[in-house]
Amino acid sequence: MAETVALLEPQTEEDFRPAFLDRLRNGDEVAHLVTLIFAAAILVIAALLVTELFGSSAEARHKFGWHFFFTSKWDPVAGQFGALPFIYGTVVTSAVALLISVPLGVGAAIFLSELAPPRISDSLTFIIELLAAVPSVIYGVLAMFALVPLLRDPIQPFLNRTLGFLPIFQGPSYGVGFLAAGVILAIMVVPFVISISRESLLAVPNEQREAALAVGATRWESTWQVVVPYARLGIIGSVFLALARALGETMAVTMVIGNTPQIVKSLFATGYTIPAVIANEFTEATEDLHLSALVELGLVLFLLTIIINGFARLMVLATTRRGTTHP
Amino acid sequence: MTPHRWRNFVNGLMFGLTAACALATVCFLFWILGFLIWNGGRSLNLAFFTHLPKPPGETGGGMANAIIGSAQIVLIASLIGLPIGFLGGIYLAEFGSGAFPFFVRYTADLLNGVPSIVMGLFAYAIVVRPMHHFSAFAGSVALSVILIPTTIRTTEQFLRAVPQTLREGALALGANKWRAIATVVVPAAVRGVATGMILGIARIAGESAPLLFTSLGNDYWSTSLSQPTSALPLMIYKYAISPYADWHRQAWAAGLVLLALMLLLNVGARLVLSPGAPRN
Repeated sequence: MAETVALLEPQTEEDFRPAFLDRLRNGDEVAHLVTLIFAAAILVIAALLVTELFGSSAEARHKFGWHFFFTSKWDPVAGQFGALPFIYGTVVTSAVALLISVPLGVGAAIFLSELAPPRISDSLTFIIELLAAVPSVIYGVLAMFALVPLLRDPIQPFLNRTLGFLPIFQGPSYGVGFLAAGVILAIMVVPFVISISRESLLAVPNEQREAALAVGATRWESTWQVVVPYARLGIIGSVFLALARALGETMAVTMVIGNTPQIVKSLFATGYTIPAVIANEFTEATEDLHLSALVELGLVLFLLTIIINGFARLMVLATTRRGTTHP
Repeated sequence: MTPHRWRNFVNGLMFGLTAACALATVCFLFWILGFLIWNGGRSLNLAFFTHLPKPPGETGGGMANAIIGSAQIVLIASLIGLPIGFLGGIYLAEFGSGAFPFFVRYTADLLNGVPSIVMGLFAYAIVVRPMHHFSAFAGSVALSVILIPTTIRTTEQFLRAVPQTLREGALALGANKWRAIATVVVPAAVRGVATGMILGIARIAGESAPLLFTSLGNDYWSTSLSQPTSALPLMIYKYAISPYADWHRQAWAAGLVLLALMLLLNVGARLVLSPGAPRN
């Protein structure tokens, strides 16, 4: 074997060197190399992002360890940093957002893919996609001046009168707080739920619908018992993508959450979220430890959204065969 | 009710509910538009476009510096982000097969989902801290990091939509691969690629979170890229959370201007440039 290789090696090089030089002269290899370098820029950015976030948060990570996530005292003056109130606020507002946006979004997606005539469906989808393009600070302005007054007067007192036996609907109504942030987040993420769920539903083969109808199902039964289960991974994926959006949303939430680091059961109470505290305190932080704690919060946000998005992409991929790989 | 009629009733009810869901979502957009046009339209005047901001509490003034600042920051971000995204997209569509391109693609998708405020922290760490001050350039870097992953993916997507036969035709006529790409594939996909780029620019022009601690904001004209610079979304935030009624008025006006720009870019790009549209 060794002899064959020895015999072949010079020969292959003789064969390929001119061809390679030719291609280099033609520019194909150069084009390949240049575009490859730019594509690799993505990986460089990702690597830099991870190292910077880990590096800049080192001080807080070493000082507080895992306690950072389980203590709730956030006192920059005393150098005490516990992230629990922010984690609580982020989880509660995102949960409220999903509770509203998932039924609304999946319902709308079912209408758009199963019932509406194609032309109406396309134009409604176009309008819904425009909603996704509205900048978050504009949602914030609307939430402050239009949503908060509505919540303060008719809505929160009404919820308190009718469902006030639940601890989440008790306490004075300020308008701002977990509920306001959750509702505006719901409006912001619903276009993402709709467009991805709709794509997954449209990817269901027509034979599935026809088979269900042929055995006597109504259209709704065919949709709910056959089409939706068939597209379920894509729909779950859309929910995860919406969750990742809601977790990281900054401006609109900062404007209506009330910015008080506290853990309260009532949705009417004011609170704080991870992106909101970064937005509010980062430029004012003077102590290194304070900056480092804020970057650690950013790191948490980064890792959470990466994990959630990673799962979501795989699920969407499994149903629509689009997303990361191409057929 | 007989089972048959009950099932028909459920059928009608549930589809009625889904229609209501779709209608409610579409209504949000008109609610937003209506509110902004009503409040912003009343507040918009010429001074808004031509004057500098007044000190806190005084009425009048405008956001001329923020409009120019936004344009400046977005322009530099596009100059950095679009070429990188475009060339990377060419690699993924034309040269990429195997594990490495898959990895690049997946990373781009994940970066796409990273909250914009984290990108602000990143730009702070790599630009603001070494330079020791806030600057328009730092804001541009933050926005370009958001722009690159979307551009790379949309470019790839539209290049892939070009039929394989066009490439083969060019190669059969004796063109090299890069000539085929430059003279046949890219021109065939240029409308789609441009649409993707415009949508990307529209997205970063509305971002405020990544600018909070990179370009910071400025009440005066900023004369160079290394100075703190104001941007329209930053001004909306600052004015909306202030206690002054006149600033609230101007926040509405700025919101209307920003939204109009956003809708113009989106509708324009999708209707005029999309590959489905008839060629003129």
